[in-house]
Amino acid sequence: MLELKNITKIYNPGQITEMCLFDKFNLTVTDGQFVSIVGSNGSGKTSMLNIICGSIPIEGGEVLVGGKDIAKMKDYQRYRSIGRVYQNPSMGTCPNLTMLENMSLADNKGKSFGLSFGVNKARENYYKEQLSILGLGLENKMDVKLGALSGGQRQAAALIMSTLTPIEFLILDEHTAALDPKTAEIIMDLTGKVVKEKKLTAMMVTHNLRYAVEYGNRLIMMDKGGIVLDKEEEDKKKMMVEDILEVFTSISIECGN
Amino acid sequence: MVFLDLLISTLTQGFIYALLSYGVFITYKILDFPDLTVDGSFPLGAAITAVLLVNGMDPYLVLLISAAVGALAGLATGFIHVRLGVRDLLAGIITMTALFSVNLQIAGSNLAVERAIDTIFTAKPVMVILGPMSLMMRKFIVTLVLALLVKLLLDLYLKTKSGLLLRAVGDNSTLVTTLAKDKGTMKILGLVIANGLVALCGSVVCQEQRAFASTMGTGQVVFGLATVIIGTTLFRRFSFVKGTTAVLVGSVFYKICIQVAISLGLPANLLKLVMAVLFLAVLILGEKKKGGAKYA
Repeated sequence: MLELKNITKIYNPGQITEMCLFDKFNLTVTDGQFVSIVGSNGSGKTSMLNIICGSIPIEGGEVLVGGKDIAKMKDYQRYRSIGRVYQNPSMGTCPNLTMLENMSLADNKGKSFGLSFGVNKARENYYKEQLSILGLGLENKMDVKLGALSGGQRQAAALIMSTLTPIEFLILDEHTAALDPKTAEIIMDLTGKVVKEKKLTAMMVTHNLRYAVEYGNRLIMMDKGGIVLDKEEEDKKKMMVEDILEVFTSISIECGN
Repeated sequence: MVFLDLLISTLTQGFIYALLSYGVFITYKILDFPDLTVDGSFPLGAAITAVLLVNGMDPYLVLLISAAVGALAGLATGFIHVRLGVRDLLAGIITMTALFSVNLQIAGSNLAVERAIDTIFTAKPVMVILGPMSLMMRKFIVTLVLALLVKLLLDLYLKTKSGLLLRAVGDNSTLVTTLAKDKGTMKILGLVIANGLVALCGSVVCQEQRAFASTMGTGQVVFGLATVIIGTTLFRRFSFVKGTTAVLVGSVFYKICIQVAISLGLPANLLKLVMAVLFLAVLILGEKKKGGAKYA
């Protein structure tokens, strides 16, 4: 279980540009939930993910995982149980390393990086198997450097890599936003499968309302550092894109957008 | 024969300085870290070597100790940058500046190693194998073996899990964080290995010249960067050539260029100016191939 309790987040504290995003923000995500998060730009979606992962500091509050406060833990320590896919496809892979080397790195997450050989040839077939699920032909590109692949192919590899080792949480930060519609479909489809198969607790920020409705068993809409809509299970299933759009528009009118 | 002698001694210089190039290759090419510590850790290796040789220590052991002390210099820069949050260039400058005084404390402004004292080129193990050869040939072979041995070890290391992670830090440090590893620790490790190699180079130079001079570090960063860029530019189209091989060739190539300039009558006082111009030329040519100047 993941709990955000009384989170306070202030950008540029003490400066003229000071901006309080979260003031006593609370959210509880139970195990196995797949939460889709929507909201306008600046509503705090990505900031929330960054707070969970420890990428940005907070001014107050607790981040509880299984009841244990991890707010003081360094970002890299938290990633032991977290996998993350970013909006930018180049964030999730190493461009100058080959597919095999990238997969080997990901496969070794959670273990020590010592002086044994970095690439284990015996695991190559397993990597190929995992990549072939995508249907993008990546299993035939084991010796190709990731920098030579397209954004969609890299993002697909990044998703496979982030879930290759056992993790509890999967954090998806607009991970289909930079992809063409067809590749985005493939990646979303795979995301749904992986989350289900590996029984992950997932949080997905997206601007694609259809994905938010189709995937996951909980839907949250954020606005100005608060949650304005929160539907679970049966309630969520009844939600249509139009319903969300309606709430969205009413917020925008308030803001004068 | 004069030409052949000149060629052999130039190649020897290339092999020796390849050790420094490997170090700069790790920081600049793999970690993307412009490490100015080199101008201090290079003479540091030489200073330690001069003092230990004068005090009668085994010259091969001296190599290892120099490398270990150089590694500490890298640790200092890494600590200042990663843990204290000082910018990469400035962290290197701070260590480099401090090392100038440290080197003076260790060995004074100049220290000569007398003829009677054995170096890695005259000590027993080498004499047993290469005894009948001239000193020049012995230097050639010892430095060649050293350059190849270190290259081999480095190649092997870069294939290990730790080496793979080191390459990943320079390539995409965000990924390293999501792999639950501290990218800072890996950066420090890279600086430690790199400056160990640089000090090893300083040690070999000191044993070869039988002298330490406090000013011998000046321009070594530029040399290292130039050889790395020459090497990697030369072999850009050949992906099967390892980076370490490329910088080894780059180092030899560079030393040949300098030797040619000197043979053509270049005054020694202009040497650093020529080095700087050569470095600039390499940078510009390298950029041209990539499609012109970046900062317009």
